[in-house]
Amino acid sequence: MHHSFPDPLVSIRGLVYRRGDLVIFDGVDIDIPRGKITAVMGPSGTGKTTLLKLIGGQLRPAGGRIEVDGVDVHRLSTRDLYRLRMRMGMLFQSGALLTDLSVFENVAYPLREHSGLPESMIRKLVLLKLEAVGLRGARALMPAELSGGMARRVALARGIALDPMMMMYDEPFTGQDPISMGVLLKLIRVLNDASRMTSIVVSHDVRETAEIADWIYVISAGKVVEHGDREAVMNSENAWTRQFMNGLPDGPVPFHVAATPLRDDLLAR
Amino acid sequence: MVTMLAQLGRWGLNAVQRLGLAVLLLPAMAAGTVALLRRPMLLLRQIFSIGVLTFSIVAVAGVFVGMVLGLQGYYILAQFAAEEALGVMVAASLVRELGPVVTALLFAGRAGSALTAEIGLMKATEQLSGLEMMAVNPIYRVLTPRFWAGFLSMPLLAAVFSALGVMGGWFVGVVLLGVDDGSYWTQMVLKIDFSDDILNGVIKSVVFGFVCTWIALYQGYHAIPTSAGVGQATTRTVVLSSLVVLGLDFLLTALMFG
Amino acid sequence: MQSNRTIEVMVGTFILAGLVALFFLAIRVSNFSGELGSDSYPLTARFDNVGGLTERAKVTIAGVRVGRVESIRFDPATFEAVVTLRIDNRYNQIPDDTFAKIYTAGLLGEQYIGLDPGGSPFPLKPGEEVVYTQSALVLEDMISQFLFSKAEGGSSGF
Repeated sequence: MHHSFPDPLVSIRGLVYRRGDLVIFDGVDIDIPRGKITAVMGPSGTGKTTLLKLIGGQLRPAGGRIEVDGVDVHRLSTRDLYRLRMRMGMLFQSGALLTDLSVFENVAYPLREHSGLPESMIRKLVLLKLEAVGLRGARALMPAELSGGMARRVALARGIALDPMMMMYDEPFTGQDPISMGVLLKLIRVLNDASRMTSIVVSHDVRETAEIADWIYVISAGKVVEHGDREAVMNSENAWTRQFMNGLPDGPVPFHVAATPLRDDLLAR
Repeated sequence: MVTMLAQLGRWGLNAVQRLGLAVLLLPAMAAGTVALLRRPMLLLRQIFSIGVLTFSIVAVAGVFVGMVLGLQGYYILAQFAAEEALGVMVAASLVRELGPVVTALLFAGRAGSALTAEIGLMKATEQLSGLEMMAVNPIYRVLTPRFWAGFLSMPLLAAVFSALGVMGGWFVGVVLLGVDDGSYWTQMVLKIDFSDDILNGVIKSVVFGFVCTWIALYQGYHAIPTSAGVGQATTRTVVLSSLVVLGLDFLLTALMFG
Repeated sequence: MQSNRTIEVMVGTFILAGLVALFFLAIRVSNFSGELGSDSYPLTARFDNVGGLTERAKVTIAGVRVGRVESIRFDPATFEAVVTLRIDNRYNQIPDDTFAKIYTAGLLGEQYIGLDPGGSPFPLKPGEEVVYTQSALVLEDMISQFLFSKAEGGSSGF
């Protein structure tokens, strides 16, 4: 049933993760193909952010393996894990910009930490990255002065500062107005194709995400329920997938949370 | 009854677990010290926001506590016709006890709570996660400089508190109430010993600096990353620091002067 | 956000203020310097009983402080207490027939040494001994002396 790619960038097999007694992932297999945009979608609370943190090695799974570019993330020493992370970028939902540094300094931060380049070089690189997200003019602003969409674009510039092999996007579209949504969609596509990156977009904004995704995974209740290219998932026979992808109010996921009949509740004292 | 026992047991296990997490922070922060030496600006920035910004409240409090000591001490000593001992009384109370303890309490309220809130919010806004994903260890980069800054600032703040307190006591005793200027200072110099009193006071403030900063950083780093969680952690920092400072003060006093 | 320069200056000022405060505590508040040090000379004096005299107690002439007690030790040969005094160099004309007495400041105060200068033209040189001394008054001795003299006098006041 599982379709696998030859030589995927990220390969997840039999992933199990629990938070307390709550099972978040219960045997998940996912392959992220190189050079493509892969969307991982699912309702809120299915652990999409958790999945990215597992790939980034910030969380340890209870079972299964996660390989990135051929190495098992959770078997690496701290030093090697940090080295691997230099080749991964992640865009957090909130942007996660360092609030006490300006836009310029935020983008310069990973370069100053890891590149060892001279200041003049760092300046040029930062301006280029800011130009790529259209915010070169905002370099002197502080994060608190940015709108949500601009903050995400700055964070994106910071994420690509070290030219990573992959970018992970955590709910990049939540709470964005249509214009900044459109800007982000375009940026994700363009950056992916221009620098031959691999992108993972985690989202529950089905329509927007499906627009740019080459490959889609749908997860629910700790399992992969559907995967395939855009057409295949959009036209899925699976009733649950259909409800989720089309945003139908009722279906396999009932409108009402399980409860005693309304009549009994109203008549009860 | 059994439920109460179970609750007590859960509370105990939780406490041990938290203590373990807090202890684990220490070697992690220590490991970041070498890297910190290569970036002194990080440390300076934190000494600024921890030490310099706490300075004014500590200075003002020191002057007033010294003035109150001068006033109260004068009325009591005057009953025994021993006003010349005012300097000794003011200086001994400040240097041995009030300097380190009151400074630590003010520090917990001003700097400790700010540290917890700052780090808790950095956690809540994913800045710490963000650093990790940029292959930067947030303990090294965020906690270590703050720890050293708090640790180094506290003895300096306590010294300022005591020194200004002695002046405040002098102002009230000598200038306002007419205690002899010479005996205020000479009695003090005669009775206050450098190693017994001053150094022991400095040791106290060093210990308090360590503990207060440690508690504040731990509470921030392990705060529940929501606004309510950060608020609770900030309150806990102040309450816990104050209690620990007072308890440790008794212990240290018993060890040093007992 | 302040510039690096401002922060450096402010932190420098803060550290300086802290160190000045520590220095003040050491020099003005405590006996760190010993406040006499090299500008002083030693004298010794022997007492039958030093009472509650302690090291660092003051030494006065006519009520003015001229030095301090440096050390007190016991001489097992003579069963006397040997007290070393440190006198400020400014007061180097103390006659060699000076009397050293142990006084108590007030009824409950600390004990100190008072020097009563004699009339000799020759000053005491550093390291020399003050020969004439009077021991501390011990309350118990005074009471027993008083009782003894009362008993001898034959009256029974109790």
